Amino acid sequence: MSAVTVFGLCAAAAVGLGLYGLITNPQPLRKIIAFNLLGSGVFLLFGVVGRRGAAASIGNDPVPQALVITGVVVAFSATALAIALVLRLFQKAGSTTLSDDAPPGADPNLPGG
Amino acid sequence: MSLACDIITIAAVSAGAFFFLAGTVGLLRFPDTLTRLHALTKADNLGLGLVVLGLLPQAGSLRDGLKLVSIWLLGLLAGATVSQLIARTARQGEAAK
Amino acid sequence: MSIATIFEIVLAAVVLGLGIWTTAVRETYSATVGFVAYGLLVALIWVRLDAVDVALTEAAIGGGLGGVLLLGAAARLRNAELMVTETPGKVTRVSAAALSVLIATALAGAVLLLPDSVSTLAPTVVAHAWATGLTNPVTNVLMAFRAMDTMLEKVVLLLAIVGVWSLAPDSAWGGHPGPRHQADPNGVLAFLARLLPPIGIVVGIYIFWTGANHPGGAFQGGAILASMWLLAIMAGLTDTPPVRSRRLRFILVAGPGLFLIVGLGGLCFGAAFLAYPPALAKPLILGIEIAMILTIATTLGLLLAGAPERSAKR
Repeated sequence: MSAVTVFGLCAAAAVGLGLYGLITNPQPLRKIIAFNLLGSGVFLLFGVVGRRGAAASIGNDPVPQALVITGVVVAFSATALAIALVLRLFQKAGSTTLSDDAPPGADPNLPGG
Repeated sequence: MSLACDIITIAAVSAGAFFFLAGTVGLLRFPDTLTRLHALTKADNLGLGLVVLGLLPQAGSLRDGLKLVSIWLLGLLAGATVSQLIARTARQGEAAK
Repeated sequence: MSIATIFEIVLAAVVLGLGIWTTAVRETYSATVGFVAYGLLVALIWVRLDAVDVALTEAAIGGGLGGVLLLGAAARLRNAELMVTETPGKVTRVSAAALSVLIATALAGAVLLLPDSVSTLAPTVVAHAWATGLTNPVTNVLMAFRAMDTMLEKVVLLLAIVGVWSLAPDSAWGGHPGPRHQADPNGVLAFLARLLPPIGIVVGIYIFWTGANHPGGAFQGGAILASMWLLAIMAGLTDTPPVRSRRLRFILVAGPGLFLIVGLGGLCFGAAFLAYPPALAKPLILGIEIAMILTIATTLGLLLAGAPERSAKR
């Protein structure tokens, strides 16, 4: 039972949890949190594969590490854009529901705002 | 000499871990926000300080030791500030009720 | 089973428990707090996996800045929660659970059945470290061997900030992002915002500088600089800059722009796009990284500040 196995199973479980939360949570903010959970599980899988590639006196293969660093930054910027969208949706529509029926507070005839 | 260093490390880090445990028990068991903050800050500052004290004999050089102490000082600063802010908000929330 | 393995099993169990709690808890605010704690513990997992650069990035950007982003959004959306009445039906939940279990099992199987022979690029990276003169292999990969990925990542950051700014209402177009934060100028927050940023700036620049030979780098340092800037903004000591300011836009473009110019220089004067001549590699990489850390700090700070909400007064 090495670190690779333990954290690999943890990463697989995180991916499953994130996917479940992404599909079943009705609120967009919870979906964004679940999406980040899913993303961190995928990054951990990269890290586990990189740990197996430890050689030449480095503990972890540097190429997957660089890919994960890039991935963390890109996931953060995607989260920031998604949250800006959710906040704008809340500003314009008065609620953050993703369903098609307009909530009672919204007036589609109001310009901009 | 290194045996003495290891004993100090184990003793201090265990004491620090005990304080962290005490702080967590306080967080879970105390009735309201202010008492929980009291438990957290006392325990975490002392706990972190003991852990850092325990790691100092294992530090390779004076510079590493100074970095460890600065981590503790920054943790103190952040903890003190944030608990003051939380406590003020909790007081205002209670006064509003 | 060694102590290290027991520690890893406990760590993985706590992380999974936090993940389950974050997914299942009712209130969004609690889920956000759970996610921040999850991010910090995952950083510990990265340290156990011997990937300290990734641990720094995960703690700074994933847990730290991401947590601030989610906490701010959860606070603003607190009223929206009460209006959501739809919950997914049983069929959706059961099929989602089945799909998740299927995928998780497939991934777990893949992890357990990994082939015994390992193909790794670590020896190649270490063997080619002479080309840049830096000894941190992750920095070598990021800035030299896969510099194209890093350059495109900067462009992605730029696109994200353009996307966020485009969400401004007409009245606030080109204005200041976010609300104007007020805090008691003699209070604790203002005190912290005066005391911490000088220390934080030194720490951020140190982590950036030491990334050449030790774990660290421009992304981690840039995240620390961005958080110091945000602390000053949240304490009301400074306001967010208007997004139509030319200087701000120049700083945002400086990072990818310099990268692109060096790349084209490599194309014209060297062997290929983004090829560094070995004699000039270290100064070139340093120059690119300085522009990068400025851009990263500014972009991350602005992404957290959000879409413009107040018009810029002329």
